Amino acid sequence: MHVVVCVKQTPDSAAKMSVDNGKVTWGDSGLVVNPWDEYAIEEAIRLKEKHGGKATAISMGPESAKEALKTCLAMGCDEAVLISDPALKGSDALATSYVLAKAIEKLGDVGMVLFGKQAIDGDTGLVPVAVARRLNWSPLTYTIKIAELDPGTKIIKAERLLEQGKQIVTATLPAVVGTVKDINEPRYPSFMGIRKAAKAVINTWSAADLGLDASQIGAAGSPTHWPRVFPLPARAGSVELIDGTPEEIAAKLADKLLADKVI
Amino acid sequence: MDFELSSEQQMWRESVHEFAAKEVKSRARETDEHARFNWEAVGKMGPLGLLGLNVPEAYGGTGIDAVSAAIAIEELGWACGSTALAIAAHNGLACAPLALFGSEALKQRWLPRLAGGQGQLGALALTEPGAGSDLGGGVRTSAVLEGEAWIIVGQKMWTTNASIADVIVTLCRTDRDRMSLILVPTGTPGLHIGPPEKKMGLRGSPTHAVTYDEVRVPRENLVGVEGEGLAQTLAVLDGGRIGIGALAVGLAQAAFEEALQYAQARETFGEPIARRQAIQFMLADAASEIEAGRLMVYRAASLKQRGQPFTVAAAQAKLLATEMAERVTRNAIQIHGGYGYSAEFPVERIYRDARLMTIGEGTSEIQRIVIARGILGLR
Repeated sequence: MHVVVCVKQTPDSAAKMSVDNGKVTWGDSGLVVNPWDEYAIEEAIRLKEKHGGKATAISMGPESAKEALKTCLAMGCDEAVLISDPALKGSDALATSYVLAKAIEKLGDVGMVLFGKQAIDGDTGLVPVAVARRLNWSPLTYTIKIAELDPGTKIIKAERLLEQGKQIVTATLPAVVGTVKDINEPRYPSFMGIRKAAKAVINTWSAADLGLDASQIGAAGSPTHWPRVFPLPARAGSVELIDGTPEEIAAKLADKLLADKVI
Repeated sequence: MDFELSSEQQMWRESVHEFAAKEVKSRARETDEHARFNWEAVGKMGPLGLLGLNVPEAYGGTGIDAVSAAIAIEELGWACGSTALAIAAHNGLACAPLALFGSEALKQRWLPRLAGGQGQLGALALTEPGAGSDLGGGVRTSAVLEGEAWIIVGQKMWTTNASIADVIVTLCRTDRDRMSLILVPTGTPGLHIGPPEKKMGLRGSPTHAVTYDEVRVPRENLVGVEGEGLAQTLAVLDGGRIGIGALAVGLAQAAFEEALQYAQARETFGEPIARRQAIQFMLADAASEIEAGRLMVYRAASLKQRGQPFTVAAAQAKLLATEMAERVTRNAIQIHGGYGYSAEFPVERIYRDARLMTIGEGTSEIQRIVIARGILGLR
């Protein structure tokens, strides 16, 4: 089975975000693979290891996103494709889903597309569902476990982690699977993997390579607008240190929490 | 002359750094405080390649270049001195002699297991109650060939990893004037591993006295050439010194980062202490000296990688980096003031860990002898 994992390069989760001239910046902080995507990458590699086939990582972004794709290769993905074009700049979730769906169609024989829960920068979580809709595949978001998968009959049974509890769903492949944190423990890239990734050639597809409609990509294809971007005011608060033995501290803390109606 | 790491080395550094931050540094305090070896992290090191730094790919290792190997130990040292020492000793002292000198059968039998992390680690036993720097004259542990087996009798001290190892490569006197390295599996009858030594630092890296009470191992467990054990040991130690130098750079870097952060956060007389020149000078010296130490370690590793003589360069790197680490960690405490002396802050632990670096795998004094012999052309 050919498994595709869609990844995004985002600022490091430790980056200090600020707003400068109406634009969000993160200073000179490094760029990383979106931490949520690491679970999707790991799951893609495990599926390939278990069922055979290959795992391909794709990312839409600037040239620098090749570094994120190299991490995917170092972890164990077989191939990686960067979708990069100046015309894609300013794409929102809707436009991005169009581009990714087109890329998945171009790859051709895809049995499953994996996503992380959301990207830590945009935080919308819309793209997996939108891609599924465009491809007309089942969207299995918030998947915490792929309980059964039979590439022969093309049946997948997934456990979804919802606020109300776990939901077990069955669908037919090809499908889009959105992962959550507890689905696995992502591996660290090995030295052997890094060596392979350092030598790998990552193909770049342009808007023309994908035959994209210019009106559906970039700022022109993005109905989402941000009229004003501003930092949230810092939350006011105070710190109080409670003295005493552990028992006294616990009692005083409980009293305070009750008084403040926290518990 | 190129001071840039290759993209492969850069990615490797980032990968090990991330691993070290998440799995090792986060547990460094309890590793030291409870003298509890961090098996949780070490158990994950095999697939990454951290346990086969000196092992060729054919035997399950990584075939990694020497600079990347130094980077790995440096990053582990940045995270936790105890864990880094255990891994440095495993790679540089136990796997290295097997990979360099071991017979094909020995390599196939032990290296994949040691490098893959399926079992425990490896150890090298050199030091004895009467033999530290003076291995040539002092080693009394003897091995006598009886039929097809070596019978080993004696006692070793300060054996890093002994209680967490599957094999102890042991330096034995096999003739009046000649020594040999012999591999001893830790389950062998007659081998007694003492309780962990109580140490100033590096408490999460167990160190033991080991007693050999007529320990019998097969003749094939000879590592390399009979009688060449001392020369082989010295060659192994040359490489091990790069590892200890790298570990010291990592410790210094960690203490420096703590001091830098603290100096910017801690205020006296209405402004951060980082505005005071006395503090600035300590930080500036630390940043400069760490850079010097790191460059010397990488250069020694680079010489080793290119197959050039690196004995003097390794001794110089170890000497400079470890004495640098003592100063940097000492000043990191000074910058922290009273808090630096408290176990609540990591600089206290890093300082204790750094103290061993000028002693283990050849004291500073031995390094100076090695360097002097090199520059004077003496033997």
